[in-house]
Amino acid sequence: MKISGKAVIFGDDVNTDVIIPSKYLTSLDPEELAKHAMEGIDPNFAEKAKGGIILVAGKNFGCGSSREQAPIALKYAGVKCVLADFFARIFYRNAINIGLPVLESPGVSKEVDEGDMLTVDLEEGKIVNATKNKVIDALRLPDFILEILKDEGLINHLKKKIGGKRS
Amino acid sequence: MNIAEKILARASGREEVKPGEIVQPKVDMAMVNEITGPLAIQAFKKIGVPKVWDNSRIVLIQDHQVPADTVKSAELHRIMRQFAEEQEIKFLYDVGLGGVCHQIMVEKGHALPGDLIVGADSHTCTYGALGAFATGIGSTEMAAVFATGEIWLRVPSTIRINATGSFKKHVTPKDLILYVIGKIGAAGATYKAVEFMGSTLSQISISGRMTLCNMTVEMGAKTGLINPDEETFNYVKSRARRPFRALKSDPDAKYEKTLEVDVDRLEPQIACPHSVDNVKPVKSVEGTEINQAFLGSCTNGRLEDLKAAAEILKGKKISRGVRMIVTPASQEVYLQALKNGFLEIFVKAGALVTNPTCGACFGGHMGLLAPGEVCVSSSNRNFVGRMGSPEAEIYLASPVTVAASALAGKIVDPVAYLEE
Ligand code: SF4
Repeated sequence: MKISGKAVIFGDDVNTDVIIPSKYLTSLDPEELAKHAMEGIDPNFAEKAKGGIILVAGKNFGCGSSREQAPIALKYAGVKCVLADFFARIFYRNAINIGLPVLESPGVSKEVDEGDMLTVDLEEGKIVNATKNKVIDALRLPDFILEILKDEGLINHLKKKIGGKRS
Repeated sequence: MNIAEKILARASGREEVKPGEIVQPKVDMAMVNEITGPLAIQAFKKIGVPKVWDNSRIVLIQDHQVPADTVKSAELHRIMRQFAEEQEIKFLYDVGLGGVCHQIMVEKGHALPGDLIVGADSHTCTYGALGAFATGIGSTEMAAVFATGEIWLRVPSTIRINATGSFKKHVTPKDLILYVIGKIGAAGATYKAVEFMGSTLSQISISGRMTLCNMTVEMGAKTGLINPDEETFNYVKSRARRPFRALKSDPDAKYEKTLEVDVDRLEPQIACPHSVDNVKPVKSVEGTEINQAFLGSCTNGRLEDLKAAAEILKGKKISRGVRMIVTPASQEVYLQALKNGFLEIFVKAGALVTNPTCGACFGGHMGLLAPGEVCVSSSNRNFVGRMGSPEAEIYLASPVTVAASALAGKIVDPVAYLEE
C-alpha cells in the first residue's frame, strides 16, 4: 500500500477535543464531522485537506478522549495518512479500525515541512520525502494491522472473516 | 508477573504474558455511553452478525447529555434504548436510573477485581481502583467486541507509583494524582500500565482510588491499577453481580520504572491551563480570579467529594460573581448526599445542584464558559475549549480546593485558607 500527498504539519500533543470539538459529537454523519476537522486549532483545515493530504504531527497525536469521531473527521476531510513521532493509544487504534492509515516514525516531525511531497509505503514502513529527496524510516505495522487497513477497517475485515458464518 | 500481566494472561488463557506481546483476550464486560454507543451499534449492524456475543456482559449508559438537550441527543438516547430492546440487554442505565458511566460500572457491581473490561470512553481505566484491567477503546472496536467478545491488546509494561506516608489535612488523592501527572507528563505513560502501591494506599477509600486510576489516561496510560485488599473486598461484597477471581502482583513482579512519592510532604496541587500536566502547587497561582467552580465528574463527583466540599461550605456563602455547579456522579450519590444534608448545604451556600450527568465536565449541554472566563474544576481535563469557549481557562484541582476557591472568589490554597 503506497500513499502519496502533500504534507500538512501540526505540533505536539494535538488532542481530540481540538480535532473535533465536542459540540459536534452528536452528529453521526462523517461528511458533517469532516467540515469541522481540526477546527479547534485551524479553522481552515477542511479547505486545506480537500483533495487529499498527509498529516504530519509531533508527539502524542490524538491524546484525550476516546472519540472515534476524531479519526473519522480527518479521514473524510481528506487526510490519507497520519504520520507522527508517536500517537496516543486510543486514537491510534481508532484510526486503524476505521481504516485511516497511521504510521509512527520517531523524528518525522523534524524531517518534513509544510507542503513537502511525501510517499508512504505502509508495507515497508518507509516514507519518501520527494521535496527534500530523503527517505525516512517508520515503525513497520504488524501484518494483522496491515490486513485491517487493506480491508479498509475492522468492520469490513470482520465481515470477511466472520460475517454470515454465525447466525 | 504484576497485576496487569496476570489479568491479561488469565483472560487470554495463558500461563504467562510479557510486555510487548500481542494477546487476544476475552473481555468480561463491555460498556458504551450515548456518545460512543450509537456509532458502535451502527458499526455492529454492518458486521452482519445478528446477535451480540453475550447480552449479559454489555452495559449501556446514558450520561453525557441527560436529560436530552437537543433532538439529536434524544435520538442518540433512543438508538441506545432500541438496541437494548433488540438484543435483550438488561443493563441499560437510562435517564434518571444511573449517572456517569464510570461511577455506575463500579457502584453497580459491573466492574470487579481481576476483570478485563473495555469501555468506549477514555476514562474506563477508573475501574483499576478495584484491581480490574480496564481500558478505553473506540466505537468501531467496540462493535467488534459486541460481535466476538474478544479484542487484541499489546501487553503493556508497567510504571509503578510508590506512595508512602499520610495525607495532610485538606490534601487528597486528587492532589496525589495531579502531582504524579506533573512528574510523568501528558504522554509519559503512553501504551503503559500504571500501578499504585505503597503504605498510603491502605488509607485511601475506593472513591479516592477511583480518582487515582481515573486520571492515569491523562498520562497516556492504557490502564491504572491498584491491587485489591480488604477495602476492595468489603466494597464489592454487596455489589458484585457475578463471581470474580481477584489477582494481585507477585512480590517479584517487574516494572519499567518506579516513581516514589512522599505523601507526608504533598501540598495541594493544581493543573493550570491548558494541559493536565501543567501542574503546580496551588499556592503558586493563589489569587487567580474565578467565574465558575465545578464539583462533579467521574474523577470527583462521589459522596466523599461532596462531603468534603459540604463541610467547607456549611453555613457560608459562595463569593459574589462566582457560580458553583455541583453534579453528583450518580443517582445513588445524589440520594445519599440528599439524605446526609449536603445538597441543602450547597443550595443554601448559593450553589446550583444538577442531576447526575457528564454535563459541565466536557462542555456538553450545560455549564459552559464564556470567552475569557476562568473555571476551577474537580474534573480531569483542561484542554482548550473543553468546557465551552476556546478562550476560557480551566484549572483542575481537588474538591477541597474547588470549594475553598468558590468561597474566596479566587483560587486559594485550602490548607492556608481554611485554617486561618
Ligand atoms: S464525567 Fe467527564 S470525564 Fe467522566 S465520563 Fe463524563 S465527560 Fe468523560
